[in-house]
Amino acid sequence: MSTTALPVVAREETPFRRFVAEFAASRVALAALVLFVLIGLAAIFAPFIVPQNPYDLAQLDIMDGRLPPGSASAAGYTYILGTDDQGRDMFSGILYGLRISLGVGVGSALIACVFGTALGLFAAYAGGRTDAAIMRLVDLQLSFPSILVALMILAMLGKGVMNVVLALVIVEWAYYTRTVRASALVERRREYIEAAECLALPKHRIMFRHLLPNCLPPLIVIGTQQVARAIALEATLSFLGLGVPITEPSLGLLIANGYQYMLSGKYWISFYPGIALLVTIVAINLVGDQLRDVLNPRLQR
Amino acid sequence: MTTWLIRRLIQALFVVLAMSVIVFIGVHVIGNPVDILISPEADQAERARIIAALGLDQPLWKQYLLFVNDALHGNLGRSFVFNEPALLLIAQRMPATMELAVTAVLMSILFGIPLGLYAGLYPEGAVARTIMAGSILGFSLPTFWVGLMLIMVFAVQLGWLPSTGRGTTAELFGIQWSFLTLDGLRHLVLPALNLSLFNISLVLRLTRAGVRETLPMDFVKFARAKGLTPARVIFVHVLKNIMIPVVTVVGLELGSTIAFAVVTESVFAWPGMGKLIIDSINVLDRPVIVAYLMMIVLLFVTINLVVDLLYTVLDPRVRLEAKG
Amino acid sequence: MTTPTLEVRNLRTHFFTRAGVVKAVDDVSFTIASGRVLGLVGESGSGKTVTGFSIIGLVDPPGRIAGGAILYQGQDLAKLPEREMRALRGNRIAMIFQDPMMTLNPVLRIDTQMIEAVQAHAKVSHAEARTRARDALGMVGIPSPDERLQAYPHQFSGGMRQRVAIAIALLHHPDLLIADEPTTALDVTIQAQILAEVQKLAVNYGTALIWITHDLSVIAGLADEIAVMYAGRIVETGAADAVLDRPVHPYTHGLIGSVPSRNRRGEKLRQIPGTTPSLLRLPPGCAFRTRCPRADAACEQEPLPSQPVPERTVRCFHPLVAVAA
Repeated sequence: MSTTALPVVAREETPFRRFVAEFAASRVALAALVLFVLIGLAAIFAPFIVPQNPYDLAQLDIMDGRLPPGSASAAGYTYILGTDDQGRDMFSGILYGLRISLGVGVGSALIACVFGTALGLFAAYAGGRTDAAIMRLVDLQLSFPSILVALMILAMLGKGVMNVVLALVIVEWAYYTRTVRASALVERRREYIEAAECLALPKHRIMFRHLLPNCLPPLIVIGTQQVARAIALEATLSFLGLGVPITEPSLGLLIANGYQYMLSGKYWISFYPGIALLVTIVAINLVGDQLRDVLNPRLQR
Repeated sequence: MTTWLIRRLIQALFVVLAMSVIVFIGVHVIGNPVDILISPEADQAERARIIAALGLDQPLWKQYLLFVNDALHGNLGRSFVFNEPALLLIAQRMPATMELAVTAVLMSILFGIPLGLYAGLYPEGAVARTIMAGSILGFSLPTFWVGLMLIMVFAVQLGWLPSTGRGTTAELFGIQWSFLTLDGLRHLVLPALNLSLFNISLVLRLTRAGVRETLPMDFVKFARAKGLTPARVIFVHVLKNIMIPVVTVVGLELGSTIAFAVVTESVFAWPGMGKLIIDSINVLDRPVIVAYLMMIVLLFVTINLVVDLLYTVLDPRVRLEAKG
Repeated sequence: MTTPTLEVRNLRTHFFTRAGVVKAVDDVSFTIASGRVLGLVGESGSGKTVTGFSIIGLVDPPGRIAGGAILYQGQDLAKLPEREMRALRGNRIAMIFQDPMMTLNPVLRIDTQMIEAVQAHAKVSHAEARTRARDALGMVGIPSPDERLQAYPHQFSGGMRQRVAIAIALLHHPDLLIADEPTTALDVTIQAQILAEVQKLAVNYGTALIWITHDLSVIAGLADEIAVMYAGRIVETGAADAVLDRPVHPYTHGLIGSVPSRNRRGEKLRQIPGTTPSLLRLPPGCAFRTRCPRADAACEQEPLPSQPVPERTVRCFHPLVAVAA
């Protein structure tokens, strides 16, 4: 193996550089990536940025409820995006909400990815009836709309962040399984896998060391799309009151809380969390689209 | 054709059965069935009586058979909140949801096909690029957020259209419909548009891709070589080829649209079964939840079956293969 | 010779792509008279199909006719408004395509596709159009045409579909039929039948026929005249037998040499070295010079059409007559 490893290492630097260059070719995608990184950093470092902990009810002043953007707080700082009905600073609420939204979105996508990928690799490698059974399950899962599956699970298990994550994982896993299986099947027929099999390498080694790396490009694309979908679905579920608890609102719940005040012109309670949600989802989708274009082998040349 | 139909029916039946097991397990095993099926207000004696009456002291497989038996007789329990049969509640709300979903699907065809056709015929133009960018937004924006924006713009700011409820309804076949009155139609516009936005984007993209794919085909050039007018070439030769996949997808989307009506109904306070299920989940009215889930699965499987049948009727190539 | 049905004069059809201008048809001229058959021969990419599309006015963007004239009965088709061109298309000038599997719309019945073609140019009732469609199907040798009208294209074999396409093309007894390799995709026995069919019909209606092909053996028994295209230009034209027997342009010579023949069995097949140049980056001068055994410095100039032997036009500085002389 060591003799073949040398040229591979030598080549490896170029495809990655080409990938970066091709990705950066689209300014929109690059801007979206920068934006997404900024959003992610803001969410991670939210406690150091915001003036108030929006989940600490002791810090909320109900007297400051529903103040328009730019109002001064009793504690001396400015509510730059106004407050909600409980006197929660919207700016703080949005950044904390982003933490939950991104955490749930990325977390569920990762878990679904690990689970779905393992199952897809297994199906591709096992073949035969196992493969058929797994793929039947995938088809069935994909034929039901995400909202219905999520509703079903939350209706059975009740609300809560972990239940939302579980629901999202169950909604998402089949996409990874289908994608990985498809590319793994293509790779399996390649000669180097046959060669590895001839060398009697252990099965798991062939699967994870040889098949998996070749399934990565489509996985990355699907993963990006699924993160955006998960964030949107989590927001929807929270908006419907089925998601996160009311004391620790995510973006969807913040929007739902402001909904009743929108008709009376207090738009900011729903509007700004909505913008945050929108920008996040669109940024991820733009990055995902560019990744798809760059990584799709059919589009190259 | 008959073999195919029977096989397809068995498949559908299997899916419904599988879902009934899942729902049954969800309700009876994961949750405590006593909590779920008996109103929290009931006292000890009452509980014991109901447990025996519901057969909850029986082994699980017997309970499941009981559940299936009841379900087949249209008995999915009584709502705690309304104290009415859950199935009846669902059935009462279903027309409102169907009205909304079907209107949304029709709107997606009405807007999606012309927009997609235009974007496919003039792909380089600024208008086409705007259409395509809009469709990306239609795909990625959460429905509830778009619904809120529609309310904010058209109901609050402009005051053109009402934002909640079905408005005045009129009766047809013993059922109340909004689309029969002007006021009802005004109430229908925003929610239907909201619900159809995703489907519009989908139909638009499918149509555009179909046009781009079909235009360079030899048969289009041959149709032009016959001296046909551009209108006939596009609306008969190109469109008829695209219609098959588009109609199939639109048909399949009807099921998702009914499911996603949950969101739109909540935003626009549309009194359909979607709003009922959300309310029921929030107050843990489980019989209604079970009834809704079973109903929608049944609906879903039926729609898929009908669309499959329709597809075979529409496409002469598939039709023949199925026969032969 | 009778008056020409079509005279193509210095036709230039160029494709303005992002990568540059592709001169698919560059300074092409020929004439064809009523009832005659012109064989337009060349490898794929030589511009013969684009020439056909230029005549019938179906060149799609980014391509357009950049110069020259296409004179049909005295009027220039290149300058004709689209509406008037449409009145001629499928009526006085018809075309059949290479792949019969692709020329008929898969989701429309044969009667729909034929009746619309009748009614596009003749103000007749639906029933009358149907009768004409049925008769046309009978004419091209399709059995029980009444039944077959109800069928969809996929219920026909390739040869049958090509017959339907020919029936459609000949519905209005056109003055000019452009046949773009209509037999290439078919079995050899079907090829011969179709060839005979088209030839017979063309003679019956006095239709001038442009037969586009890369296959010299097809053209040998069919064409009255031959025009050989290379890289967007006609390099040699003349009477069919004369061109095939005594090619004057080195390219024609090479083309004929690369066809296996019964008479020269055992002899080594000659092949033209190299590949067709990209039309995007044609070398200046004669486009064939990079593959031509006779090329020299003179060939870096543009060869103009000349007549080294009577009734033969050739674009070459070193025609093969020079050797014989």
